[in-house]
Amino acid sequence: MTIYIPTPLRPYAAGKDAVDVNAGTVSGALDELTQTFPDLRKHLFTAEGKLRAFVNVYLNDEDIRYLPEKDATAVSAGDTLSIVPSIAGGCQVSDRMNSFLWLTRFPTLSPERRRKGRARSW
Amino acid sequence: MATATVPVELPELTKDELARYSRHLILPEVGEEGQRKLKAARVLCVGAGGLGSPLSLYLAAAGVGTLGLVDFDVVDKSNLQRQIIHSTADIGRKKLDSAAEKLEALNPEVKVVKHDTLLSSANALDILKDYDVIADGTDNFPTRYLVNDACVLLGKPNAYGSIFRFEGQASVFATADGPCYRCLYPEPPPPGLVPSCAEGGVLGILPGLVGVIQATETIKLILGKGATLAGRLLLVDALNMRFRELKLRKNPECPVCGAHPTVTQLIDYQQFCGLAPAKKEENAVKNGIPQITVTELKRRIEAGEDLFILDVREPFEYQIANIGGKLIPQNEVPQRLGEIDRDREIIVHCKGGVRSQRIAEFLKQSGYSEVVNVAGGILAWSSEVDATLPKY
Repeated sequence: MTIYIPTPLRPYAAGKDAVDVNAGTVSGALDELTQTFPDLRKHLFTAEGKLRAFVNVYLNDEDIRYLPEKDATAVSAGDTLSIVPSIAGGCQVSDRMNSFLWLTRFPTLSPERRRKGRARSW
Repeated sequence: MATATVPVELPELTKDELARYSRHLILPEVGEEGQRKLKAARVLCVGAGGLGSPLSLYLAAAGVGTLGLVDFDVVDKSNLQRQIIHSTADIGRKKLDSAAEKLEALNPEVKVVKHDTLLSSANALDILKDYDVIADGTDNFPTRYLVNDACVLLGKPNAYGSIFRFEGQASVFATADGPCYRCLYPEPPPPGLVPSCAEGGVLGILPGLVGVIQATETIKLILGKGATLAGRLLLVDALNMRFRELKLRKNPECPVCGAHPTVTQLIDYQQFCGLAPAKKEENAVKNGIPQITVTELKRRIEAGEDLFILDVREPFEYQIANIGGKLIPQNEVPQRLGEIDRDREIIVHCKGGVRSQRIAEFLKQSGYSEVVNVAGGILAWSSEVDATLPKY
């Protein structure tokens, strides 16, 4: 089956927009995916192994949360799995918001710059 | 079929309007009645940026009678690659003024209402209540959840669009029976995990694609025609030009629109999105070192306290900006402990708070009992206490 990788997660999947896996269930497919691309795991699952609340997974066009067997649902070769994380962009990013996100995303930036970002009120 | 509530008494079309909207009037799905509905309709565009540009331009062209815009930003050169309502000459102007001018020039029949503010829990219900349809074209999670919750609480449909790089999402939320944004995503991602457009980039055309989908949905909601995206999530992949559609279900346990809502008024969305400003640092302790904020330090200085302020930067930095502390560069501190009074509280600062934290920890290990670090250092002082102090 094919798993569609959304744009924000492609950097963690070697840039691929789709990955083919052989699995019997939804969770098996996600396991195979995250074994191949271990960096994806923390973006998809919490430390407890639960799918993150801002990531939805669709088997074909159906949200797996609403499937009777959820992630234990059987899949076949012709099925597709779509990972759909929330995206917020409308792209009139204010500098303040922008610097905040930038700085929180790149904690390696100098603490001075991080501080500057945080010190602003928005 | 989800529709917006428009007044029963529809305004007449003028002769000018009959000419302007003639291509609508001959469309059976619009016709004169539909055009009068558009004239009566009030739509609020949240954000006059990438999505808001095509959205508001097309809604104005289509004859939506009242068009509200919420924005507090100014036009930046980097906006022009996609925010087509603004021109090069508008750089530095308020987006609201720039956008309103274009919309009024396009269609003087449209009443443009400018809301020069950052939408917040304090003003959202008051602003949204006067509109029939809300079109959310914002750029951040706190506002997304705020707009969603306000739409649910007020019973207003939300024509939603969101973009990232080459990818977009569109839907219609908060119709009478349809799902809301929280049904789709109960919680936002932690800050930083999902990059913004400013970090990740965005194809300039993409907000055009998605904003026009939002405009289309808005018009359909007003006309009460066709099948809107309520209950469906449209995914736009511009790179492969693939449009996919996923089913959206109303979550019976949704905290806002579910059967037993727990969110019955607007909340603190910054906090909800993990973006609450850092707690006051007066009581904060880092690695055993209490942290003092610059405002607290200023208060103590002004209160006349006799403080030992140790500045551990380099002499050239001290020359650029200082707050009168005793200068001992960090590398000289171990040799110059004799100059630092063991019986006093030592307040250590540097440029940003890192070197001073390290030295504070060193002093503590060297037997100083009261050592405090100035959080944010002299940069924070410049930002929060004394703007005349140069930043470097």
